[in-house]
Amino acid sequence: MSDTTAKHAVKSGALNVSLQGIAGSPGITIGKAYLVEQEDVDVVEKRFVDPESVPGEVRRFKEAVKKAQEQLQGVIEEVPEELRDHAYILHAHMMILKDRMIYDGTSGYIENENVNAEWALKMAVDDVKSIFKKMPDPYFRDRASDIGHVSKIILENLLGTGHSNISDIDKRVIIVAHDLSPAETTQIQLEKVKAFLTDLGGQTSHTGIIARSLEIPAVLGLGNATQLIKTDDLIIVDGSAGVVILDPDEETLTRYQERKDLFAEYQAMITRSSRLPAETTDGFHLRITANIGVLEEVVSVIDHGGDGIGLYRTEFLYLNRSTPPSEQELFDNYRDVAEIMAPRMVTIRTLDIGGDKFASGLQLAEEMNPALGLRAIRFSLQSPEIFETQLRAILRAANLGNVRIMFPMISEVDEIVQARHMLKQAGESLEKAGIPFRADIEVGAMIEVPSAVIMADILAKEVDFFSIGTNDLIQYSLAIDRVNKHVAHLYQPLHPAVLRMVHRVVEAAREAGIRVHMCGEMAGDPVNLPVLLGMELDAVSMNPISIPVIKRMVRILSLKESKLFLEEALKQSTAADVVKLVQDTYGSSFPRAAFFPPNLT
Amino acid sequence: MKFSRKVIIPNELGLHARSAAKIAQLAEEARSNVFIVKDGQEANATSILDVMALYCPCGTEVLVKIADPGDLEVLNRIVGLIEIGFGES
Repeated sequence: MSDTTAKHAVKSGALNVSLQGIAGSPGITIGKAYLVEQEDVDVVEKRFVDPESVPGEVRRFKEAVKKAQEQLQGVIEEVPEELRDHAYILHAHMMILKDRMIYDGTSGYIENENVNAEWALKMAVDDVKSIFKKMPDPYFRDRASDIGHVSKIILENLLGTGHSNISDIDKRVIIVAHDLSPAETTQIQLEKVKAFLTDLGGQTSHTGIIARSLEIPAVLGLGNATQLIKTDDLIIVDGSAGVVILDPDEETLTRYQERKDLFAEYQAMITRSSRLPAETTDGFHLRITANIGVLEEVVSVIDHGGDGIGLYRTEFLYLNRSTPPSEQELFDNYRDVAEIMAPRMVTIRTLDIGGDKFASGLQLAEEMNPALGLRAIRFSLQSPEIFETQLRAILRAANLGNVRIMFPMISEVDEIVQARHMLKQAGESLEKAGIPFRADIEVGAMIEVPSAVIMADILAKEVDFFSIGTNDLIQYSLAIDRVNKHVAHLYQPLHPAVLRMVHRVVEAAREAGIRVHMCGEMAGDPVNLPVLLGMELDAVSMNPISIPVIKRMVRILSLKESKLFLEEALKQSTAADVVKLVQDTYGSSFPRAAFFPPNLT
Repeated sequence: MKFSRKVIIPNELGLHARSAAKIAQLAEEARSNVFIVKDGQEANATSILDVMALYCPCGTEVLVKIADPGDLEVLNRIVGLIEIGFGES
């Protein structure tokens, strides 16, 4: 029913309903919606099984395969005589079911890693899929989907479910969901996604990060998009403006198609110039680094001309598992990042679990107010085994690249002293074991709590650099929860209180002769660039995709003017005054001009 | 006595799912291992994924190899199957 009404509407008197959300990832796309119900996504859990239960787990897997063979045999027998010739693909599926790469591969994972059958199957299938996905011929690459299909039959037999799910989508769609957890996002075949729309979430939510790293548009915090949009509805997504248009008319479609093409051309143009250094017209060189959350993003950092990694969030490896990762697993991951980026610098932030993140494996007590609770460095200092494992892995990786370490959410000097002490102990234990590591690693503190801003002169004596984490600093300073849509509009990076805090931290760092960086979302928005440049930060770190735009902006600004501008900005009374000052000084189209060619703003 | 034979993949689609499945069916009849070798990389001929993973488009030269001389019949039938392009038009 929904289908026919939607089609009818496009033909006669379309409604052009426009929804405003938070711009999560720039770009424009036009396409069909796919509504994700919460139960659509099969989340494969990793569990460890006791050694004595391993044979039973292998048996459970083999029975699921046997059942899948019977199911497929049934399907083959039902194929009508005239279509027999096409049934060969089902015979091929039948053979893949018992193929040693899947069959022995899964049994091998169960036996060698003591994991549950579902997880072992996923690992074995991922191994095979990755071989096929690398092939130059599209026909061979597409065989990865046959393997996926076969493994899904086995998986459903293991899980005992039989419903259709998101992995069945066979065309590129715009994903519409209430909210997407990191675990759910990993279940989606990302190559099928044209854009993300969510009811909840903001710029810094996981979905926003994933969308920006994949360079697909996203509009978040839409409120009730899942109630207004139905699967197969034709919609327009403008991720740069945070706008979604339902039921568009022909004229709107044509207009957005043109915008889409212009945007793509413009993106290509600025990306080509992204390798050039970010140097102002008067010769000041601002280092532009990237924030990443997963190893795979380093490719995007290099492609977008990043001068290093200013923030490597390390939480991802800890999510959705029952035990924390091993030192070797962490080391392998950090080493890969360090080696790929070398000689460029990589700044690894220690575990920042808490807030909107979630680690099922680490037994965290329920808290009324997680943002003010046991998280980040507080959690690490109270969990010495987990912390030491991570510190050892970082010290080892530092031996193989240009690696620095920084501690999140420092709110008093004792935390730095304790963390440095544990870092020293971790080094001593490696030394004793004869494992190579780098002892003189640079140590930094994240400045993201107001008390750390006030005490910055004291903290500066204990570290080699500061990194200002503006997401939390703004949230804590203005008492604004940026994911709460009722107050999210009060989350203002250009609030004079924020500017004065950042300025204070920079001055304390200068005084002590240490370097100071910024690694919050604030750094990636061109509208903030004149004030940040005026502060003379040593580096600003942002999502890889923002780098070309910011580099381009730096090249048209001058340090001298930016310093004068900062002086004025620090005298303003409200965030609106500062925004007005930016526009009066740099032109009313200033921030949008960075994202769009002049004829689009 | 030769235990391996060189052959060029003549069909347009190369060693894809269907052709690999046909090879696997013949290889199942062997008493010992049968391998498809490309540039020194060996794939077990009974595994269609293994064979497909070798990535052999049309024109690739492969070696069909047997471990047991008793499987010479299987070797010749596989080579014959490849030579006729798996019967695909």
